[in-house]
Amino acid sequence: MSPHVRRQERLAKGVIWMAAVSVMATLVFIILYILSRGLPVISWSFLTEIPRSMGRLGGISSTIVGSLAVTVVAIVIAVPFGIGTAIYLAEYTRESFITKIIRFSAESLAGIPSIVFGLFGFIFFVIFLNLGWSILSGGLTLAFMILPTVIRTSEEAIRGVPYILREVSYSLGANKWQTVSRVVLPSAMRGIVNGVLLSIGRCVAETAAVMLTAGSTLRMPDSLFAPARTMAVHFYILAREGISLENAYGTAALLILVIFAINVGANILLDRFMTKGR
Amino acid sequence: MAHTKISIRNMNFFYGQKQVIHALSMDVYEHQILALLGPANSGITTLLRGMNRLCDLIVEARLEGEILLDGQDIFHPEVGVTQLRRRVAMVFDIPTPLPLTVFDNVAYGLKLQGGKSKAEIQETVERAIRMAALWDDVKDRLDESALSLSGGQQQRLCIARALALDPEVILLDRPCASLDPISTAKIEESLHTLKESYTVVIAPHSVQQAARVSDRVAFILMGELIEIAPNKEIFANPQDQRTSDYITGRFG
Repeated sequence: MSPHVRRQERLAKGVIWMAAVSVMATLVFIILYILSRGLPVISWSFLTEIPRSMGRLGGISSTIVGSLAVTVVAIVIAVPFGIGTAIYLAEYTRESFITKIIRFSAESLAGIPSIVFGLFGFIFFVIFLNLGWSILSGGLTLAFMILPTVIRTSEEAIRGVPYILREVSYSLGANKWQTVSRVVLPSAMRGIVNGVLLSIGRCVAETAAVMLTAGSTLRMPDSLFAPARTMAVHFYILAREGISLENAYGTAALLILVIFAINVGANILLDRFMTKGR
Repeated sequence: MAHTKISIRNMNFFYGQKQVIHALSMDVYEHQILALLGPANSGITTLLRGMNRLCDLIVEARLEGEILLDGQDIFHPEVGVTQLRRRVAMVFDIPTPLPLTVFDNVAYGLKLQGGKSKAEIQETVERAIRMAALWDDVKDRLDESALSLSGGQQQRLCIARALALDPEVILLDRPCASLDPISTAKIEESLHTLKESYTVVIAPHSVQQAARVSDRVAFILMGELIEIAPNKEIFANPQDQRTSDYITGRFG
């Protein structure tokens, strides 16, 4: 190897290493900074008390419930439709005009800024369907927002399952649905769950779309038709209005912890239920 | 004269515009091993996939002619394709365990049929694994992932999985292509016992394997049947120059 080539090799290695390290360092810095400011704020009363005096005092319990409720509604609606669409696209049709339209629609939806979903949700669910600012309106809006992500990640996961496994299943006397449900979906499960996790993260973190559709009340929601404030919205309002930076950091730290916990939890569950047979 | 299990009559096969099998006719005799010999891209895999209609899955493919199983056209609307595939089972050229446990792999076809008791399934699975000469390897590992088995074990598992369907015909598409000589020997050995209960059609991965395992050999070149004859005859006295050139290693 000539010295020139060796120098090139070393340079490439160095640049790639720097890129990786700077990304990692930034990420770690952000997370550590927020946790260091936020964790001291988090306490049992912070988690269980309703915010008082606009969030300056008290805890954030109602916003935790708000985040949870809105996210659950969105996931419960978007995941079955999304996975169903993905199965249809990947297994039940050939490439055609219709699949192109579906895929084009999904991709267009993915490119729309969340505030536009918020506006749509506000006009359609809150006003036109008269659902008002409510968990239901917020959840439905988020469902539309994450649908493309669920469809695309699931479709990719399903398409990633080797074709030969389908042939094996058919050769053993399976029909289409047996093949899809017993071989393809279990093999694609990890990819599908990753897409759902990504979607949960986006729901929990979403601010604009939720504020326009679920409202920003601090009261504890008592039904799907009640308005609610999510943690992300709470954090935004606390910081934006300068109400309590301290509590804002506490909320942000909890947001990070929740997303982290969901990821770890889902992976543990996957490992427990999916290791058998792979 | 042996009973004709499968009869292929004037079969033509097209992928789009490209014809890969040309006016092929031949018979497969019951309780014999027929080897389909020929170089790569001769249409042998396609021919095998025609016999259990796996080629139906390919969108642009078109099959002309007749394939008869026990005298009945397998493309007749009354023949259920899943039923056919249980009667004519397939083992692929690479080990293809499903991402399930060893037991569930073998039980897969049985569970699909439904209506079988747990004990029945258990019994059939064990019998199938024994017939594939795999029982001693996996009897303590039935609950482990099939992917944890070695390549040779995986391929015998695939054979056991096909046997569990209780088929009449077993199609083997270069079953030893990715295996070491010891695993290959084990599989060839089990073939000799299998033909007592089943009809076997194998695409061997070498001329030598065809010579070792088969009762009859069909030599196929570019989608055409050049000749078909009993093992001893074709190797001792091939009728066609191309057959002779191929089995003596002059091409292919």
